[in-house]
Amino acid sequence: MALRALALVLGALLVLLLGLPLLSLLLRIPSGDLVARLRDPLILQALRLSLLTSFAATVIVATLGLPVAYLLATGEFRGKRVLEAFIDLPMVLPPTVAGVALLTAFGRTGLAGQALSALGITLPFTTLGVVVAQAFVAAPFFVGAARAGFAEVDRKYLDAAATLRAAPGYTFLRVLVPLAAPSLFAGAAMSWARALGEFGATITFAGNMPGVTQTMPLAVYLALQSDLDAAVALSVLLLLVSLTVLLSIRLTPSRLAALAARARRAPR
Amino acid sequence: MNAFMRFALAVLGLPLLAGRPEAPAPSTLTVYAAASLTDAFRELGHALEATHPGLTVQFNFAGSQQLALQIEEGAPADVFASADQRWMSYAAEKGLVAGEGAIFARNRLVAIVPRTNPARIGGLADLGRRGTKIVVAAEAVPAGEYSRETLEKLSAAPGFPPEYARRVLANVVSQEENVKAVVAKVQLGEADAGLVYRSDVTPSVSRYVRVFEIEDPYNVIARYPIAVLKRAKNAEAAKWFVELVSSAPGQQTLERHGLLPAAAAAPAATQP
Repeated sequence: MALRALALVLGALLVLLLGLPLLSLLLRIPSGDLVARLRDPLILQALRLSLLTSFAATVIVATLGLPVAYLLATGEFRGKRVLEAFIDLPMVLPPTVAGVALLTAFGRTGLAGQALSALGITLPFTTLGVVVAQAFVAAPFFVGAARAGFAEVDRKYLDAAATLRAAPGYTFLRVLVPLAAPSLFAGAAMSWARALGEFGATITFAGNMPGVTQTMPLAVYLALQSDLDAAVALSVLLLLVSLTVLLSIRLTPSRLAALAARARRAPR
Repeated sequence: MNAFMRFALAVLGLPLLAGRPEAPAPSTLTVYAAASLTDAFRELGHALEATHPGLTVQFNFAGSQQLALQIEEGAPADVFASADQRWMSYAAEKGLVAGEGAIFARNRLVAIVPRTNPARIGGLADLGRRGTKIVVAAEAVPAGEYSRETLEKLSAAPGFPPEYARRVLANVVSQEENVKAVVAKVQLGEADAGLVYRSDVTPSVSRYVRVFEIEDPYNVIARYPIAVLKRAKNAEAAKWFVELVSSAPGQQTLERHGLLPAAAAAPAATQP
């Protein structure tokens, strides 16, 4: 009983730690101000850019991350642990370091940058550069979740598919991916959230230019330097948007999970 | 379970440890200074430590606007040195410093380009050429404000088109949050040119960049005020530092780092 009470207290403390700053942010904003700020074209621009780049980064991360996650979940090969550590690296790397690393790779004088510019592709100071920075830091979140999802899928469904002579590609797309869908969604949601909040790598690699590379976190930071009220309003806006998207994604997978569970029960 | 309880109590006890946020020891001096003062102030800090055994000088270098806000939010600073009067006046308005601060240094803007000069810039007029990638400090940053003023002045200069400022600003690919970030982007060769303070072109930077001077009539001379904070924990050492900065050796150190001496500064803006 004492243990349970203690757990409750500890849990409450964590909720307080996470919730109190967000709540005080909401309380600090003068009512009506948010609506007025929403009409500011500069803020709308930053919000639109943030949504565009974070979704683009998520799509890229999911597309490139799916095969890697599958490989890590099902395969055993030399250097697997090294690959795992390598993929997790952006999670622990300070984002500014990530930004400098991206510059040395894709910058104008960077290793790959010179080849890219020969192809007419420029990343620093461009919207595409923002997407690359976000994808860089967000990738581990998707790969980690997708990998866990794939690993949880019961082998017998794959064996059943193989007995029915399903092609491996067909099995992957029609059996494995649907069964792992909740994890894939969760991973995509986490990646998206990380991309949306990205600051350090973006400002270092892509710079800060309204309408081109100034995403919401950059706009908040810049506003903080001159106008605290504007910064608070922007933060609240960003908070509401992220909460809405995270909630809607959370609600979707639960329905998907239910569907998947029904599908799993059906063949028996 | 007993061990678990003990661990849990330890966790619960953690907030007690957080009571006093790094209250500096009496022998620590905390100086909040504009990013453009980084190298000069580090040297002056060492000099003060050498003449006052037991004293440790800590610095927080950032954009002046950011420092002013941090101080307003209760950051434990003893001295505030700003890159413009605006943020010192802001601190004065909030009752954080007495008076408007004393001007101790001046600075001027220059244009820098990477040593490789990818855009083949031969002079200031070329900054307005279409497609040149320019990086400046954001408008909230003193250096950013000065940059825009200087560009406006140059638009009226002989040899420059009247729409010069507009053209250069149209070439801006990034508005950095402090002047040192402008230096970095040019130094890395990502930008074709940037506007920074003369003092930002330190020996380590000058290996990577070329400097284009901006003539006096069109330049904006930045004036740096310094003040001891009203709630300074180490007011005595704070006064020493301010005195050192304004002394002859202090002024020489500042000059060596590309800053201009305080002399000939606006007389009205000195001592409160």
